[in-house]
Amino acid sequence: MFIEVVINLFKNFLVTLQLFGFTLLFSLPLGLIISFGSMSRFKPLSFFVKIFVWIIRGTPLMLQLILFYFGPGLLVSAAETGGVDNAFIDFMRTLNMADPLVTAIIAFSINYACYFSEIFRGGIQGVPKGQQEAGEVLGLTKSQIFFKITLMQMIKRIVPPMSNEIITLVKDTSLARTITVYEIIWAAQDYIRVDGLLWPLFFTGVYYLAFSGLLTLLFNYIEKKLSYFKV
Amino acid sequence: MPFLEIKDIYKSFGRTEVLKGISFSLDEGEVISIIGSSGSGKTTLLRCLNFLETPDKGTISVGDMLLFDGENKAALKDEQIRENRLHFGLVFQSFNLFPQYSVLDNVTLAPKLLKKGSNEEIDKKARDLIEKVGLTEKIDSYPCQLSGGQQQRVAIARALAMNPDILCFDEPTSALDPELTGEVLRVIKDLKESGSTMIVVTHEMEFAKNVSDKIIFMADGVIEEMGTPEEIFENPKSEKTRNFLQNSLEKI
Repeated sequence: MFIEVVINLFKNFLVTLQLFGFTLLFSLPLGLIISFGSMSRFKPLSFFVKIFVWIIRGTPLMLQLILFYFGPGLLVSAAETGGVDNAFIDFMRTLNMADPLVTAIIAFSINYACYFSEIFRGGIQGVPKGQQEAGEVLGLTKSQIFFKITLMQMIKRIVPPMSNEIITLVKDTSLARTITVYEIIWAAQDYIRVDGLLWPLFFTGVYYLAFSGLLTLLFNYIEKKLSYFKV
Repeated sequence: MPFLEIKDIYKSFGRTEVLKGISFSLDEGEVISIIGSSGSGKTTLLRCLNFLETPDKGTISVGDMLLFDGENKAALKDEQIRENRLHFGLVFQSFNLFPQYSVLDNVTLAPKLLKKGSNEEIDKKARDLIEKVGLTEKIDSYPCQLSGGQQQRVAIARALAMNPDILCFDEPTSALDPELTGEVLRVIKDLKESGSTMIVVTHEMEFAKNVSDKIIFMADGVIEEMGTPEEIFENPKSEKTRNFLQNSLEKI
């Protein structure tokens, strides 16, 4: 029985890992784009981006999950009642049919991108202006300066706050069960409901601990790798 | 025809007028030192030459090329500005080496990114330059492992790697401990002997006197006095120049 529970929980932990992995994959570049938006000298854009970040960071992730999952369906039925049908409603219809895991990945990615964007912004603005100017007087382009000079220094600065956020993400994934993503906590709760077993729920902690332990080691490694220079 | 010609440069930040009509010229191989108290506009002038600031008015030409004309500065594209910058090199007061790169990579980064030759050629040239500034044994070190004087010498090699027509120094020794200024000043002196054209903003009066062909004394955004080191240091004509020199040479 023990082995069976361990294996079954592991299978459902893979769902958790999928949500984690894809969220990270999409939210890192999206976060960078958002941070550029919020730093833009074009005021309307930076204003709009800041309002967006405020809304996403200012409301519970659970609420955003529910909105992304049920919102499109509500819109479609409202539109159908009102006799409205256009490309936007059609798009909402496809979202409504989306897999809950996909919806969760979208909602998580947007949410985490907003948090990351603020960390990136701090990291980029923390690089001394002289670094950019040194690149400029050597005749480098803006993108060469960013990718070859600023980026590495920014990465070094943001490793500690990023490791915090990323470890939080591991555990936040359990929220996805509010929109029917069958992940490890839900699977463990089924053992209570179906088999009257409580221990599998506590046992899920082992998976979270093992994985966040692995991530901690990885971040320590990255920090060590980057310790050859000072910023 | 002078090598570098600057005519009537004006620059304001908000309502503060920092440069109020700066004109001077420089021949190839000449060294000009710019002296003056803080806030007189020396650094802003260098930053204008390196296009880190855009002058409000005036012209900058190198050789027979008009690089900047305040009359139609709106037409100046990013790419043109980058081209213009390559005529000038700038060594900063705070070195601004790239901390994540070794000494060699600091020097080769820009030439490699801008494809100024084959990698072998660029590496060879960088090694020569690093030898010239006396840091061959530090070639694989990182900036955080170097003293301020060593970092500044790397910064000089990095600027030279792009073959600038005119090398500018913005108070190159002001951020250094007194015992480290000598090594940097010696490198600049060597450069003069090998024929580099240079503009040096400095507070080192002895140095300015010894290496410069011309001295510019700036005060309140204008060139108060310009002349040979003898003229400025021995027979200053302006009251302001006399006061400044007296204060800065005062022995305590």
